[in-house]
Amino acid sequence: MVEAIAGMEIATRSDLAAVDVLTIAGRQFGSRLIMGTGGAAHLAVLERALLASGTELTTVAMRRVDAAGRGGVLELLRRLGIAVLPNTAGCRGAAEAVLTAQLAREALETNWVKLEVVADERTLLPDVIELVDAAEQLVGDGFVVLPYTTDDVVVARRLQDVGCAAVMPLGSPIGTGLGIANPHNIEMIVANVAVPVILDAGIGTASDAALALELGCDAVLLASAVTRAQDPERMALAMSAAVRAGRNARLAGRIPKRFWAQASSPPI
Amino acid sequence: MMVVLNGARREVPDGASVRHLVAVAGAPAKGVAVAVDGRVVPASRWGDAVPARAVVEVLTAVQGG
Repeated sequence: MVEAIAGMEIATRSDLAAVDVLTIAGRQFGSRLIMGTGGAAHLAVLERALLASGTELTTVAMRRVDAAGRGGVLELLRRLGIAVLPNTAGCRGAAEAVLTAQLAREALETNWVKLEVVADERTLLPDVIELVDAAEQLVGDGFVVLPYTTDDVVVARRLQDVGCAAVMPLGSPIGTGLGIANPHNIEMIVANVAVPVILDAGIGTASDAALALELGCDAVLLASAVTRAQDPERMALAMSAAVRAGRNARLAGRIPKRFWAQASSPPI
Repeated sequence: MMVVLNGARREVPDGASVRHLVAVAGAPAKGVAVAVDGRVVPASRWGDAVPARAVVEVLTAVQGG
């Protein structure tokens, strides 16, 4: 489309309006914001937050059926048309994580899994030895594996080598809201792996999510930053906008940082 | 016979099926998976009998992650 304004022709670039698609294991997503469902006070709050976020892929955990009936989240995601990504949260070793992933595949009819193998409850940091072992077993069993990992480029490469469909490095520990503690590590991962990089864990506010995309991450996965915000629905809106802003900034190519000033007006 | 169902000891009829234990656990109609002695039992095998003293886990999806 070309329109004439004050004698100048201004072309509206079609690529700016085109949907910027995220592809993981051949599946396409219009949104680069993956949501978790943990931490929401109740399902009605979660529903409004998910809608505001525009997410197309959302995690759930696998737990023992209990009489209290904690269910309902599956029906909600189905109704909203959001794809389910089961996780292996709470698993401490490879064997436990593999069994949990297999149970999730059986229960939810998806071979996608967010693989989490944490070392202890205090840090919730990934046990990368067990993680790579579990990832290799699950890939061999036909799973699409999205592993939650440290911000270590060597581990990220190992996960890619065993066949993971993406790598999901942490910004900082789960639930801390400390943002991206080591941006350089995230950039090194982006520069060294071919699979999508999804910043997972540690996001506190919208600028953290924008930074992840500016650093070259393909997507962000977050839960607490939205579900535990004072107004989850509004924070979900903020995250949605932040992810789009960060992605556009990355594609636009930022100016290099300089030590001294450089005038933007012509000299007198 | 005795089984351990979701971490609690339970007395159930001898030869009880997986499906029976899923009902005892109070599982919803959809989105459920079962492991017996650490192995997944697909829904197509829920008619099978559970051995005595089996450790049975009945799981479903909850909010998380």
